[in-house]
Amino acid sequence: MSSVRVLVGTRKGAFILTSNEERKQWEVSGPHFAGWEIYHLKGSPANPNRLYAAQSTGWFGQLIQRSDDGGQTWEPVGNEFVYDGVPGTHQWYDGTQHPWEFKRVWLLEPAPDDPDTVYAGVEDAALFRTNDGGKSWHELPALRATKGELWAPGAGGMCLHTILIDPNDKERIFVAISAAGAFRTEDGGQTWRPATNGLKANWELPDPDAEVGHCVHSIAMHPARPNVLFMQKHWDVMRSDDAGDNWYEISGNLPSDFGFPIVVHSHEPDTIYVVPIKSDSEHYPPDGKLRVYRSRSGGNEWEALTEGLPQSDCYVNVLRSAMAVDTLDSCGVYFGTTGGQVYASADSGDTWAPIVRDLPAVLSVEVQTLP
Amino acid sequence: MIRVLIPHHLRTLANSGKEVELEVAVPVTQAAVLDALEAKYPVLRGTIRDRTTHKRRALIRFFACGQDLSHEAPDAPLPAEVATGKEPLMIVGAMAGG
Repeated sequence: MSSVRVLVGTRKGAFILTSNEERKQWEVSGPHFAGWEIYHLKGSPANPNRLYAAQSTGWFGQLIQRSDDGGQTWEPVGNEFVYDGVPGTHQWYDGTQHPWEFKRVWLLEPAPDDPDTVYAGVEDAALFRTNDGGKSWHELPALRATKGELWAPGAGGMCLHTILIDPNDKERIFVAISAAGAFRTEDGGQTWRPATNGLKANWELPDPDAEVGHCVHSIAMHPARPNVLFMQKHWDVMRSDDAGDNWYEISGNLPSDFGFPIVVHSHEPDTIYVVPIKSDSEHYPPDGKLRVYRSRSGGNEWEALTEGLPQSDCYVNVLRSAMAVDTLDSCGVYFGTTGGQVYASADSGDTWAPIVRDLPAVLSVEVQTLP
Repeated sequence: MIRVLIPHHLRTLANSGKEVELEVAVPVTQAAVLDALEAKYPVLRGTIRDRTTHKRRALIRFFACGQDLSHEAPDAPLPAEVATGKEPLMIVGAMAGG
């Protein structure tokens, strides 16, 4: 019988939730790394018991933890993230240039075919890679050479928060940065180009042809169709059918097109999920109703999924890395909130239930489907 | 033997007790103590001071003998009571964040 393991990063530790394929009864393990911010945990597709966790605090800095037994035990590995060469400068809030400074790791993306190779997205935005299981990390500096002097931090910092590796071509990688935009490499990170044509930000970024400066919140891809990308931007839900060369809006009838995460159903490449948030000034669901919106047509037509979710007085947020799907026959969808709840649906979003409800604020949710 | 008190989160990382003892050659300075601490517990590299520049992390403080030594030069001798093991050097996470 298959099982699922949900990896939850929170403001005060990591939690690991496990269940069988019915996904009704859940065991909660944790807190791991109690008291530390865990921005992200993720398992290796090549060895699901190999997990990586990004552990940090403002006091003691960044650590990377590794597990080889599915999260029962952990060992700290390398935490030296040094920008390649002279770090240079990027645009600061006031328009002046500001030196690049490492702050934390936001995201860890293990390579599909090698448990020792992992990409790390960091703040201030840059992409790092390890080829030795996290002992040493080195930057892929060509990314920051792609108009990096024009990148600027968003309200949450200048973070590289999304890394998507094309399952058919591991040299092709997409990354997203707030507030720099989306970028694509075809050669494993040696060269990059902005992938932002069609993104609009009329008020924040008046130049309609600006290649960088877009506040991309997250990007999702279905592994069977890697040329089709879905994006939740600061405002606007967008779609690309040509691997990011061009984007068009698919916000359609959403009550708000502001939000953070976006995910794709594991078996239906045109079924996508977002969690609309009222606005960039009010980070909670419109009308106090926590609603996931699902489109089964690849965008534009959206239906509210509400059964089992609070429909009054709900003022939590769902952060960009806090939504994921499993790959069981009946696709499971999961998300965590800043109120500490993790909700799950075992029926593609039709019905929901909290699988744990009083954790610290949830920063990230990842799901492993285990044989 | 030099005595060093380390904060809760670093104890967890180092799998150590609250107080650790270190052999440090004279002159006993803040930098020398941290060198010895990181040599004994490599996992602490980068958690107290920058790995490369050795600049103290912003929210870390050093106290001993009732004095705040956080802004002392890393190569300045620590108080004699610390150097002789009579008093511990305290590494403290600053109050911040509410």
